Amino acid sequence: MTTKAAADQKKSQSIHMIRKGITTGLPIMLGYLPIAVTYGVLAKQSGMTLTELTLMSVLVFAGASQFMGANMIAVGASAMEIIIATFVLNFRQFVMSLSFMNRLRDIGLNWKAPLSLGLTDETFAVSALHPKEAKREKGALFYTALFLTAYFSWIFGSFLGGVLGEVIPDKVSQSMGIALYAMFIGLLIPSIKKEHKVGLIAILAMLINALCIQIGMGSGWAIVFGTILGGMSGIHLLKEDRT
Amino acid sequence: MIFLIIIGMSLVTMIPRMIPAFIVDKLQFRDWVNNWLNAIPYAALGALIFPGILSVKPDQPHIGLLGGGVAIVLSYLGLNVILVVIGAILTVFLLT
Repeated sequence: MTTKAAADQKKSQSIHMIRKGITTGLPIMLGYLPIAVTYGVLAKQSGMTLTELTLMSVLVFAGASQFMGANMIAVGASAMEIIIATFVLNFRQFVMSLSFMNRLRDIGLNWKAPLSLGLTDETFAVSALHPKEAKREKGALFYTALFLTAYFSWIFGSFLGGVLGEVIPDKVSQSMGIALYAMFIGLLIPSIKKEHKVGLIAILAMLINALCIQIGMGSGWAIVFGTILGGMSGIHLLKEDRT
Repeated sequence: MIFLIIIGMSLVTMIPRMIPAFIVDKLQFRDWVNNWLNAIPYAALGALIFPGILSVKPDQPHIGLLGGGVAIVLSYLGLNVILVVIGAILTVFLLT
């Protein structure tokens, strides 16, 4: 009897976590769809087939790199050039992954390894601001559901873009370009309201990023430096609240 | 050829994402490193927002800034992220 009750509770906790993960992932879905559609359109124009451009979303799952990749394919860059540029642009995900995995210590490697593949700027930003779930029972399911929501939106959007071509008016797709920035802002502001020094960390990172771009650094590296050096201020700023 | 590019891009994206999952269990970080890593999400958000937001409409950087301003206000008022995103999209749509 008790074991059945316990099993039921476990099951409902799993469902609860999955549901919560999907709900938390909805803003990413909203932000991804227009961008993925744009990628699909662009990739199609650069001469990729529908299979190729969708496969790229399935296997790479990194917005900025895919835009760049499609562009470079269009201008006839070599495979090596494209792959190296992708590495440089995505190196920031190493830093993000390290930060995220450090929070996920309570979760086993059997979950952590596959989860790491779903890390993008957006899934990282959202999940890093939900660190409590990592300590809850079935917390891994929360992140899995969140990441899969984002992943499937991305794939679906790319495919759609490849099929639709240019039917979406420029004005609409341009307006949608603000979506992910608005999401980042919508994630950052509540954290700043809770703890003001977090805003200082973000502003420092912005300034360092802008400075790096000013001195002619590529945008991928500029974000890496902005994140690492800006985050360094946390060594001092977050000192007091060790729990 | 394109398939080769896709596979290559996939590998160089997967590897940096995955390495931390394997090394983090073997490492015990000092407090200051933990503080650093805990600050990374906020730093990353900052670096991802600015100056990228200026290029929402590349020839008119103020459009992105205004959209961002609306997002800040809506978010400050405590609205759900989805509504913040929709509000910013509408702002840019109406301004262009």
